[in-house]
Amino acid sequence: MEERNAVSVRDLGVKFHLSEQKVDNLKEYVIRLLKHQMRYKEFWALKEVSFDVKRGERVAILGLNGAGKSTMLKVIAGVLKATEGTVTRSGVLVPLLELGAGFDPQYTGAENIFLYGAMLGYQKSFLKERYDEIVAFSELGDFIHVPLKNYSSGMRARLGFSIATLVEPDILILDEVLSVGDVKFRKKSENRVKEMFEKGTTVLFVSHNLQQIRSLCTRAIWLDNGRLIEDGPVDTVTEHFEAKVTK
Amino acid sequence: MSVIKTFGKYRNLLGELVKKDIKLKYRNSYLGVIWTLLEPLLTMIVLTLVFSELLGKGTKDFPVYILTGRLLYSFFANGTKAALKSVRANAGMIKKVYVPKYMYPFASVLSGYIIFLISMVVLAIVAIARGVYPTVQLFWIVIPLLQILLLTAGTGLILATMAVFFRDIEYLWGVALMLIMYASAIFYQADAVMNEGNAWIFKLNPLYAVIVNFRNAVFGHAPDMQAMWYATGFGAAAMLIGIVVFYKKQDKFILYL
Repeated sequence: MEERNAVSVRDLGVKFHLSEQKVDNLKEYVIRLLKHQMRYKEFWALKEVSFDVKRGERVAILGLNGAGKSTMLKVIAGVLKATEGTVTRSGVLVPLLELGAGFDPQYTGAENIFLYGAMLGYQKSFLKERYDEIVAFSELGDFIHVPLKNYSSGMRARLGFSIATLVEPDILILDEVLSVGDVKFRKKSENRVKEMFEKGTTVLFVSHNLQQIRSLCTRAIWLDNGRLIEDGPVDTVTEHFEAKVTK
Repeated sequence: MSVIKTFGKYRNLLGELVKKDIKLKYRNSYLGVIWTLLEPLLTMIVLTLVFSELLGKGTKDFPVYILTGRLLYSFFANGTKAALKSVRANAGMIKKVYVPKYMYPFASVLSGYIIFLISMVVLAIVAIARGVYPTVQLFWIVIPLLQILLLTAGTGLILATMAVFFRDIEYLWGVALMLIMYASAIFYQADAVMNEGNAWIFKLNPLYAVIVNFRNAVFGHAPDMQAMWYATGFGAAAMLIGIVVFYKKQDKFILYL
């Protein structure tokens, strides 16, 4: 891989099996196997997608629902494995996907900082050091010692965002998370993300808000039915995309 | 990234998951972690009452005999059951955040193991109270303690993998555990069954092989070397198969969860 590429995607394909009836018990599996009825519908969520993202580039991924945007981000984040092709990345990656997915509802906010932090691969000493900062940024105050099940969804998102953006990433993956919390927190989180932008972080961004995309990104990739339709400067691609979709 | 490097990055997570299991298990209960001691003690009293007082075939150290078998069995049963459910139970996280997936079954076995080790205190107290004093043979106890961990973790990995694809495994394993319990001579003397010519049950059961040497160490008898090797071999094989199966199938988990 070239030094300057932060993410490099080559002939990426991701295949899902959509079995017509979900076979998840042994009896049915054996019966179907004996009758040669194990039929799967194959479904390629992504197929033959290739692109490189240079260091410091801010790339938007466009597409309608089900086009494969989230699947792509999940493969890059390492949650999903590619069926074919390769994905290589270099540097620290912070995925801001589904903030707080690792939270435990029984745990208090404070305990969840360490649990979720560990899940993102942070060391304990690092989390202890930055604990006050997380609490301050999330503006949870005394709520930090209350079990998470009593939090509002906005509070959860605030805590998740505060933990996830603790490190300065080389690659940042954003999946419509710039809309968390109330107006005040949204402003704050946008500022934090913009700060990262200015430091030259590579960004992969999924949003349906084309205006936001144009103001934040430099390049856009358009996916449709798992295939790459167009890859180019943000203004050109969003224009074509808009023309096609609103036609 | 190499396996070791990844583990290094996420080793903090293993600790956090173990801590979470233990903390949440006793949260909102008044006696908290004391239940770890109370639970085996109460079960032992029930079993002793039934099998020695009512059926009248117990000796003075019979409670110690029951407790040794019962502690090992319940760790094995609870550990494998928790590992079996661990991948499914954490489906939400597996789908959204990347962490090495083996963390989940290992964490659930390890948290059970810590609780199991704490409950050894009960065994020590009951043994002394019933006149079973430590001898030099007690040093051998380390080996069955390691064997049971290996056996539980290995079996747990295999079950966790299977349970992702087939939900019935949970119920099947419940039945299998019952069979294993009766074949492990927890609340009856093994000799009675052996004299009937059914010694093969104990020869085949790896859990019994662990229990036998655990009891030997506690009661001050020399270890049964054949059982020692059998349990070690079985545990190592279970672990090896577990790692291979889990490793080969883990990328498919997300498609079935």
